Amino acid sequence: MRHEIRFSGFGGQGIILSAVILGRAAVMYDNKHAVQTQVYGPEARGGASMSAVIIDDEPILYPKVTTPGIYVIMSQEGFEKYGAGAQKNAVMVLDSSLVHSRPDCTCYEIPATREAKETLGRDIVANIVMLGALVAATGIVSESALEKAILDSVPKGTEALNAKAMKRGIELVAAAGKAQP
Amino acid sequence: MTFEDWFRTDRLPHIYCAGCGNGTIINCTLSAVDQMGWKKDDTVFVSGIGCSSRAPGYIVTDSLHTTHGRALAFATGVKLANPVLNVVVFTGDGDLAAIGGNHFIHACRRNIDLTVVCMNNQIYGMTGGQGSPTTPWGCLSTTTPYGCAEPAFDLCELAIAAGANYVARWTSYHVKELEKAVKAGLETPGFSFIEAMTQCPTNFGRRNKFKQVADQVEYIKTHALLRAKRDRMIEQGEKVPDDFFVIGELMRRKRPAMGVKV
Amino acid sequence: MTRLEFWQGNTACAEGALAAGCRFFGGYPITPSTEVAEHMAVKLPKMNGVFVQMEDEIASMAAIIGASWTGARAMTATSGPGFSLMMENIGYAAMTETPCVIVNIQRGGPSTGQPTMAAQGDMLQCRFGSHGDYSVIALCPASVQEMYELTARAFDLADRYRVPVFLMADEIVGHMRERITVPDKVGQTPRRELDRGVLPFQPDADLVPGFATFGKGYGVHVTGLTHDERGYPCATNPGVHAALVRRLVDKIENARTAIADYDIINPDAEQVFVAYGAPVRTVQQVLHDRPDGMIGFLRLRTVWPFPEHSLKMFKNAKVFFIPELNMGQIAREIERHVKVPVVSLPKLGGDLHTPPELVAALEAHR
Repeated sequence: MRHEIRFSGFGGQGIILSAVILGRAAVMYDNKHAVQTQVYGPEARGGASMSAVIIDDEPILYPKVTTPGIYVIMSQEGFEKYGAGAQKNAVMVLDSSLVHSRPDCTCYEIPATREAKETLGRDIVANIVMLGALVAATGIVSESALEKAILDSVPKGTEALNAKAMKRGIELVAAAGKAQP
Repeated sequence: MTFEDWFRTDRLPHIYCAGCGNGTIINCTLSAVDQMGWKKDDTVFVSGIGCSSRAPGYIVTDSLHTTHGRALAFATGVKLANPVLNVVVFTGDGDLAAIGGNHFIHACRRNIDLTVVCMNNQIYGMTGGQGSPTTPWGCLSTTTPYGCAEPAFDLCELAIAAGANYVARWTSYHVKELEKAVKAGLETPGFSFIEAMTQCPTNFGRRNKFKQVADQVEYIKTHALLRAKRDRMIEQGEKVPDDFFVIGELMRRKRPAMGVKV
Repeated sequence: MTRLEFWQGNTACAEGALAAGCRFFGGYPITPSTEVAEHMAVKLPKMNGVFVQMEDEIASMAAIIGASWTGARAMTATSGPGFSLMMENIGYAAMTETPCVIVNIQRGGPSTGQPTMAAQGDMLQCRFGSHGDYSVIALCPASVQEMYELTARAFDLADRYRVPVFLMADEIVGHMRERITVPDKVGQTPRRELDRGVLPFQPDADLVPGFATFGKGYGVHVTGLTHDERGYPCATNPGVHAALVRRLVDKIENARTAIADYDIINPDAEQVFVAYGAPVRTVQQVLHDRPDGMIGFLRLRTVWPFPEHSLKMFKNAKVFFIPELNMGQIAREIERHVKVPVVSLPKLGGDLHTPPELVAALEAHR
């Protein structure tokens, strides 16, 4: 079964890294196939950044995302550019501390940036909170696969913080429940 | 051995015109190489395009006659890939300073362990006498028919500014000094640049009032100013005439170098 | 033993090169190829290799040719504008029969064009871009796995035929990350050294001369001028020039079937796709979604020398569809070899053809 996941936020939030971690979790630890792509613009920081992952049990042929079933949205501009058109049967995990719009589809409102800053002490791990929430909300990869892929990818010395961020994301889904459109 | 042992005898005679200074410069270079005691198998000559760049074809070692202006980039590949090889580059003023100018300054900046001998005849000789970046102000060539109206490059100043470890200028008249300078360059780790001012009777001299080969050699000889003398003139507040050029060892230093054999 | 990785195409390209024994990289940063250089900059110094960032792509191409003459497996990587700058020295490599690998992660052109978007607009440039007649080899990967495998094969082909070999990838394949199975070892066929007593440019029966590595006592003179079998300039002799250029072309064109690498799917079909590089993925999706065996597919990994014999395998073909990220560069080549209609499906702008677009083309010609 082919799953298409789209990530968007602003440059510097770790949108691309989130997508790479998710693809890595699927391939390296869940023995699935995955393709990760991204939109490259001239700006390294700011602007609306987008990255996409396709996960499938079978080899992935067409490598581009066409109709994402899952969205991870971390900025208002990212919502407007890459999230607003989400189909009704899609699932969106959005950072409710930064995005004020809401989609017409099932939505998990996760205050990831606020939690990262206030509870975890580093807003840089907001994307990892979102990844934890994504997995709790969709089960797109296993929690253990995600954790291993996160630990592979983050700077040395930050492993505990990032593991905690992922756990916090999982808890926030349980706390928030899903908002139906 | 002597310098003659380095010639690829089955390729002689060469293409150079009667009275050309390039042969003198090749002899000086090979003599210096010979004095280094280098093995032919460990020595590579690289060149670009032009009269000067035909030199490696007359030498018995492995040699790379490359594209116009790019000799230093090719030589960089040879030297970095196998630093055991001794790499000597022959080039000319057009090859080095016009089309190859960017490679020249970057090879100096990297201070890669090459010895570069530039035969500066102030003209594109092979293609029939067009102006080059070192054609002196007012001189005639087929592309400066009313006199060269662009200031010329000082190649040695360029090499010094860009970072070469060893820089010297002599002429085709100063054969002993030139040979010694090339040898000093070969001995210096890093980038060594030796500029040899030379006559091109066919395409420079003929158009610029040098009726005989000797006239141009005499001009080069009398307009070459030893570095010490130049410095003294400046010290004493004398003006160095515009048509004079400095000869001698102009730089010797130990900047970090690339591609040095360990 | 193999291992699983989740790599970007450009990483796989660099790793494939290293596995094939590449120990010299000369390059200049240019989007979307830069990750190849960056990966080589990290890895080569730890593997007794050389990474050098040259002052431009002209110098990069020159440096790898110089390195190759010392016996090193040498590579550069670039994209459109840099590729254009390399052309003169690519011709020099062809003329001097210098083995080297040039990776082109194609982006939209002409000129600066679309630095971060995919294209296949350099397919004719890689074949014909330098002046004069010569032949080259060009490989086109369609996956991260093939970025690894075809880069590794490129080095064997370059050494075997003493010719520049192009890895003509594109931004999609270069930048996407996907699952790759990495072998623990890649087979390498070493460059054949020149036999002692044989002239350095005297060809064997396969028209390829043995290689006179610098520093081994051959005393070889290498020149971009027309040269005889001794390597000596011989630029005004019409016979020598004609024989040399014919050999440079024939040594590759005569080896067409040995070099060819392609898959044939549904050879009895009447409607046939021909694709290389990223558009392969769209065609694969269309075939997967319509598993009735009615659509043929010639999937090329080698584009130059063009494996024209592969087209003959589709005996019932009534029409060939060629989806390309250009205005029909290879469609034009295919038209030379078949008698049935060839439908070019050009796509410009940087995006890949979608499956519905290809299905629509099929329907329109049914």
